[in-house]
Amino acid sequence: MSLTMAAAEWGGEFEGVLDPINSLFDFAPLPAFEDLRLFGVDLWINRTILIAWIMTLIAMSLLVVATRNPKVVPGKLQSLVELLFEFIRGLATDIIGRKGQRYVPLLTTFFVFILFMNLAKLTPFLMLPPTSRIAFPLFLALIAWAVYVGAGIKEQGLVHYFKELAFPPGVPKALYVLLTPIEILSNLVLRPFTLMLRLFANMVAGHILVVITLVAIHVFLPSFPAGSLVGVFALVAAPLVFGFELLIVGLQAYIFTMLAAVYIASSVEPAH
Amino acid sequence: MENLGNGLVFGLATLGPGIGLGILIGKAIESMARQPEAAGMVRTTMFIGIAVVEALALLGFVLAFAI
Repeated sequence: MSLTMAAAEWGGEFEGVLDPINSLFDFAPLPAFEDLRLFGVDLWINRTILIAWIMTLIAMSLLVVATRNPKVVPGKLQSLVELLFEFIRGLATDIIGRKGQRYVPLLTTFFVFILFMNLAKLTPFLMLPPTSRIAFPLFLALIAWAVYVGAGIKEQGLVHYFKELAFPPGVPKALYVLLTPIEILSNLVLRPFTLMLRLFANMVAGHILVVITLVAIHVFLPSFPAGSLVGVFALVAAPLVFGFELLIVGLQAYIFTMLAAVYIASSVEPAH
Repeated sequence: MENLGNGLVFGLATLGPGIGLGILIGKAIESMARQPEAAGMVRTTMFIGIAVVEALALLGFVLAFAI
């Protein structure tokens, strides 16, 4: 809260008191790119964008190499990627039904993108998940929102979709005063917001946890005698933290994809 | 004073999700013990429930410390 309040009081610039915290969020452009311009627009490639590019390149090359010469009896990499595709396709069919086939490419893209972006949290020289900067989850949630609202409008027609959204049938008329604002808020505002926030908050918390554990090892281990105990504890806890964060990485990618599929299903095949 | 407020915010934010997670995982274990054939599906749904409930606690963490 201190940062937002300082930004509100001092108009967005906070020098002086909050300098240490300010520098934590200061992803300055890398020195090689500082004066680069493209058609008059500053090309500020900072560390986050560079990590996002590297992980996207890795993901793309992995997928392209795996599916380049598909064989009927697949090799190891191809069978891994096929496992992934089958998994997402099973998810789409389970949740959306037969109409789910159309949305499988989108869901696969979500899953692979978020998985590889999150994996940068644990890779040795990168150590920063781009999904912990709010722009990435924000646009992913906006895309998911546009897809499920668009799918609803396409399947049920513009007026009918919003009427079913705001006034769910089968409710005694007097309750609509209470139910309609809740339904509109929950379906149109809270769904993309929580989608974004879940991914963002998990990645921020995980990143802080990993960095604090590693920095604790680095700071406390060399300092005899009392500090070393904390360092040893941090050293022992580090693999556990890494394992937990790996679980969270996969889980958050799966949760985002599955919730996007559930929202699409609720637009495409209404339960009423 | 500010740090005290931040700590209080986060502490209060973990009360509800803590209870919720306990109930959720306890019920999942119970149902897995009752019907071991359904254990896979129960486990999957449990993870989904955990992610949804933990989002609230993490929202408290992010608002208290990192924003």
